[in-house]
Amino acid sequence: MEKENEMSIVARITAAVVLIPVLIFGLYIVIHGHLTPGGGFPGGAVMATGVVMFLVVFGNLKGINDQLFILLESIGLIGFALLAFLGLPKGFFNNFLANTNGIFGMSVGFGTNPGYLNTGGVIPLMNMAVGLEVFAALSLIVFIMFKR
Amino acid sequence: MDIQFLTAAVLIIMGLGAVVIKRNLIKIVMGIEVIANGVNLFLISLGYREGGIAPIFTNAATTKMVLPAPQALTLTSIVIDTAVTALMLSFVVLIYRNYGTLDTRKRRLKDDVPD
Amino acid sequence: MLKKIFKLMTLTVVFGYILVMVMHTHPFGKPSYTDMDDYFIQNGQEETGSNNIVTSIVFDYRGMDTLGEASVLFAAASGVALAFLEVRNGKRK
Repeated sequence: MEKENEMSIVARITAAVVLIPVLIFGLYIVIHGHLTPGGGFPGGAVMATGVVMFLVVFGNLKGINDQLFILLESIGLIGFALLAFLGLPKGFFNNFLANTNGIFGMSVGFGTNPGYLNTGGVIPLMNMAVGLEVFAALSLIVFIMFKR
Repeated sequence: MDIQFLTAAVLIIMGLGAVVIKRNLIKIVMGIEVIANGVNLFLISLGYREGGIAPIFTNAATTKMVLPAPQALTLTSIVIDTAVTALMLSFVVLIYRNYGTLDTRKRRLKDDVPD
Repeated sequence: MLKKIFKLMTLTVVFGYILVMVMHTHPFGKPSYTDMDDYFIQNGQEETGSNNIVTSIVFDYRGMDTLGEASVLFAAASGVALAFLEVRNGKRK
């Protein structure tokens, strides 16, 4: 049942079962970047680790092409620069959503509190853009070195 | 003389010794990585206050916190070190594909290059 | 043989210099000037609204550095793609 150059059945089943919880855990670290330690950069690295493990166990997949990762990486970087330009009448990197009553703007006073997800201003959107970009860049580096 | 600063200095000098003494290209790349880790450890241990906790207000016990600015610098430094290591390793693969050897002491330049 | 002794002697001198330089910073646990960090801790929660002070420094007070760092990661990924490019018969493979 096994071909010559495939990994054992224990490795293949474990990689297929563990992939989706690892991706969801990385997404949790990215989204709660303004409440718990973490943020965009470590969360993107955790998501890239899940995809790299899948690539190492299953060999060279013919289904994934690198155009998808290039598109995701460009969307992440352009989204980050766009969020910087949107606060432009007051300043370049201005936080135009904090302390208003918009989508992410609830005011917090000084002191300890259990974390509320609705706060933060423009910081959770920046975390999501940077997490997408780091995930696509690290997966693309490993995929190109693996493919040739 | 505290042990945190001493460990950072020992890591830097061991990485520098690996870059200078060893012959294999991959071991030289590993030495550069060890130097980067030593510098990051030194940068974080500069901002410690006695009796402080991590600078996060979610369910915090007290309000006396360590300095948050060196931690932000270290985050940027780690990401840049990852990018530099990826580029260095791709250059090592290109060198091996063109010259066939990874030794830094063998003569590799061809003497008779056609103009 | 002489080259090896010369290298080891140079490394010992550099190690001594690094040790002296590291010892002359402030003693561990008592930083000297903490005015900027005290301002970040006292006023960071009211101005930005996030509980994490390190994230508010990285993305709000010093956002320009994060823009440069994201560009460096993008340039490294495109440099690796350029190193493994294969051109065959005039078309990109």
